[in-house]
This record gives sequence, structure tokens and C-alpha cells, in this order.
Amino acid sequence: MAFFNFRLQPKNELEKGGRTAAPVQSDASEPEKKCPNCHKETPISELAGNLNVCTCGYHFRMNSRQRISYLVDKGSFEELFADVDYSNPIDFPGYNEKIESAKSLSKEKEGVICGTAKVGGEECCIFAMEPYFMMGSMGTAVGEKITSLFEYATEHKMSVVGFTVSGGARMQEGLFSLLQMAKTSGAVKRHSDAGLFYLTVLTDPTTGGVTASFAMEGDIIIAEPSATVGFAGARVIEQTTKKALPKGFQTSEFLMKHGFVDAIVSRPKQRTVIRHLLKIHDRREKA
Amino acid sequence: MKTEAYDKVRTARSNSRPTSMDYIHHIFDVFFELHGDRKFADDGAVVGGIGILNELPVTVVSIEKGRSVKERMARSFGAPQPEGYRKALRLMKQAEKFGRPVICLIDTSGAFCGIGAEERGQGQAIADNLMEMMTLKTPVISVFVGEGGSGGALALAVADRVWMLENAVYSVISPEGCASILWKDSSKASEAAEVLKLTAEDSYDNGLIEKVISEGDIGEEAFYDRLKWELIWELEKLREKPLDQLLEERYQKFRKVGEPVQNNGQ
Repeated sequence: MAFFNFRLQPKNELEKGGRTAAPVQSDASEPEKKCPNCHKETPISELAGNLNVCTCGYHFRMNSRQRISYLVDKGSFEELFADVDYSNPIDFPGYNEKIESAKSLSKEKEGVICGTAKVGGEECCIFAMEPYFMMGSMGTAVGEKITSLFEYATEHKMSVVGFTVSGGARMQEGLFSLLQMAKTSGAVKRHSDAGLFYLTVLTDPTTGGVTASFAMEGDIIIAEPSATVGFAGARVIEQTTKKALPKGFQTSEFLMKHGFVDAIVSRPKQRTVIRHLLKIHDRREKA
Repeated sequence: MKTEAYDKVRTARSNSRPTSMDYIHHIFDVFFELHGDRKFADDGAVVGGIGILNELPVTVVSIEKGRSVKERMARSFGAPQPEGYRKALRLMKQAEKFGRPVICLIDTSGAFCGIGAEERGQGQAIADNLMEMMTLKTPVISVFVGEGGSGGALALAVADRVWMLENAVYSVISPEGCASILWKDSSKASEAAEVLKLTAEDSYDNGLIEKVISEGDIGEEAFYDRLKWELIWELEKLREKPLDQLLEERYQKFRKVGEPVQNNGQ
């Protein structure tokens, strides 16, 4: 896998910072966004300057490039496996069209971007799922990219930081997409057995087959405040059980209370927390 | 003409179809059931234990829908709670420790959908099984005997050999669920079943399983006997493989699923 020549340049990366780096592109054409929590309307550009967090603390969704640009040291992101394209293995009707519209909406080729980067000088592999590409659903391309990233990380003894957003397995690829859960889990297991560190950051929403695979397989699992995280859909549960769901059901806070999340970390604090955790778990020999 | 996919779904779900327990009683000379996940509870939807297969002790883990209405309710109609998956994993790790092969029998519409299941980490329980099964140091054969519903079925199907009975189905989503998402109309399940490619034959043609077990017209006893001997012969082959090779082949089998065509590298 010679996509990328590995470089170690411990050059004052901390000073360069990443949080305010790179102009953040807005995801919709409307000039203002209304906060579903406090109902305040904020201009999109202002929100973007505040990591898409409302003054009340509500975390708006963020596309995958935005995530990476706020997190990593400026200019340090090197994308990997960008050429992996979708396939239509069961010739699902209407799927090709759906992909085309997802591509034009998200400006991405698939539901996840992967690569290597530095966070405060700490080198790592990173993936960020794309909410505007069929809600980050996992088909063969997403499965392939995540698997390849973990294999790359295992080969280079690197930690992995992964931001999950997903509606689950991508129905349109049938059993092929379901089996990506096993495929990615296998690669995570090999990475783990090699003594390497995997940090998951659960963001809104992380559900279905992604929750039941690599999202829940991190050594440390952190979550953004109030993100929806669960396996079965809340509406489906409500309809099946005919019971009212408890308040805050399937939120990050709910998961932490029940013992499935290590910590809830708001977006402005993530860079510092992630940098520290990467530093503590670095397994490569220092140059 | 091929039997319509949805007919297979109906057959797979039929109450008159043998359940996992029927297979267990016919295939294994002795079966000693082991209960509980040692953490929280004993889930009736998952039946596990030690069976003797032609003098060879094996660990059996199955998803059981139950027979009578009362039993079906006690077994949540074969929809495992997180405790079911944790019991399965406990027994598989025990099998690994004592060098017993594992045989999984799968028949579920999916993992249990409920408040408690979410509170106790349904997703985490399944994820754990997927990871651990991939490196379980003993041969594993999973057989779909009825329904194979999504992640709840896959959680017992990361195996060296995955087989499906002729009328079993295996799908990422139920045809009803697919139809209601796709056409906002769950009554179009029959069309959905067709496009999902969920039959044993489809799964085999797509290279996602290793064998389709014919149900044929050979009578019940002969059929159980056929499956029993298929298992015996296959385990014999798998047990001869060096462990490293077994695990590498298991990994690569899943690794290859849906490897997309890559354009000229960047």
C-alpha cells in the first residue's frame, strides 16, 4: 500500500493549530440555521466559526471535511483510499440514481473519508463518516475504506481516530453491506490484537449496523453531547413495544449512564482530548 | 421457474418448520444445555450447550423461536436480547478453551427490539461477537436453518463455513422493512424480497456462503442425517487445518466481500 509516503516531521505542529484552520464550508444554501434546542436562528457562517455549535451548546451536524479540518493540524491530512467507489452488487433498482444525488449533495464520493493526519503533532489514522452521503450508511465502499484504514494502521503501528455518523447498513447493497460489519470488525480486531489504540467518537446519529460493529469497538469511546446512538430505531421500538420511550432514550448521556460510553466531550474540547489520548497511546518508536 | 423469493421467506418463517431445537435433538447424540451469560440473565432466545457429534464433543449455539405460543413468548420469538449474544460468546470462548469446534444454528427475524435491549447494549453485544468470532481459535460452522435477520443473525455467523438450508433466507433488512422504506408500503414485501437477493441460492451465487443444503423430499430422518454427516465431514476437514491457516482463511473470506473495483491509484 504505497499510496502515501510516511513522514515524521515533528515541526511545531501545535502552534499551527487546527481549530480555526481552513474555511469551513456550509452544508446548505439557507443563510441561517434554527437551533432545535433553543430555537435561536444563527447565520451559517457564524455557526461554522463556532464549530457548528449553537451558543446554547447544541451540536449541529457537520460534514466529514469540516470535522477533519477543525480537528487536525493545518495541512496535515493526507487522504487515503479516495478512489474506492461504490458498487451495485445486487443491481438494486434506483440505487445508481440515489448514489448520484448523494454525490452531488455531499460533494463526496462515498459515505466516509479516511487518511492520516496529525492532531497537535500526534500522528494518527483518521476516518470521518459523511452525514450528507446517504446518512453515512455502510455499503461495500464504506466497509472497504474502513477495513483498509485499519489494515494500514496495523501495518504502520498507528492509532485510529474514527468519527461515526450512520443510519446503519446500506439496504441497497443487500447482504454485501451486512457482511461489511464482519469485515470491518475483523480489521479492528487485528489492529487491537497488535496492541494498537482505537478511539471512537460517536456523533449524531450513530445507529444500526455501524453501532453493532466498529462504532462500539473502540478502546475508548467518546460521544458528542446529545447525539442519538443506538441499535434499533427509536420509532421502530415505540411501534413494536407500544411503550413510551424514556426521556433522553438513546442519547449519548443515556449510553454513558448505562455504561457504553467513556466520556461525553463537546466539540471545542475534542482536539485537546484526542491529542492527549493519542499521545498516551502512541506505540511507534520515537525517531 | 424459480420459486419466488417471498415464498421462501414464508417457508423460512413457517410455524410448521423445524426449529433449532429439532435439529439439536436429531443431530447430536447427547446435548447438555448450558444457561446464562454470567453477567445479567439467561436469554431463552439463545439455546447453547455441549453436544456429542459422532463421538466428538462440540459446542452448539442456536437461536430458537420455540414451538407452543407459551414457549415462543418465553423465547421472544427467537429475537435475542444482548444477554443472548453474550451467552453465545461465553460458550464460544469456552469451546475455544477446551478445543471444541462450534456449530451455530441460526433462525431469527433479528435482534430483539426494545428499550431494555438498548439499555443493555444490543449494538455493543453484537459488535463484540463479530470481533471475537473472527479470531476464535477453533473451527466454527454456522447453519441458517430458517430466518437470518440482519445483524442479529450475523452475530452468530462469522464462521469458517456458512451454510444455508435451501429454504432459509439471509438479509440485511426484512422485506417488510425494506418495502416500507423504499415504497412507504410494507405490503410490497414480496417485491422487496425479490430485489434483496435474500434466498440461499442468491447468497450462494453471490459467493457469500459456502453451501446450500438441499431439503429435498427425502423424509425428515434422512434429511437430519444428511445435515449431520455434512457437519461431521466438514469439521474433520477444518480440524486438520493449522490454526493460523484456519484464521487467515476466515479473515480473508470476509475481507473479500464486496471489494470494489479500484481505479488507477492516486
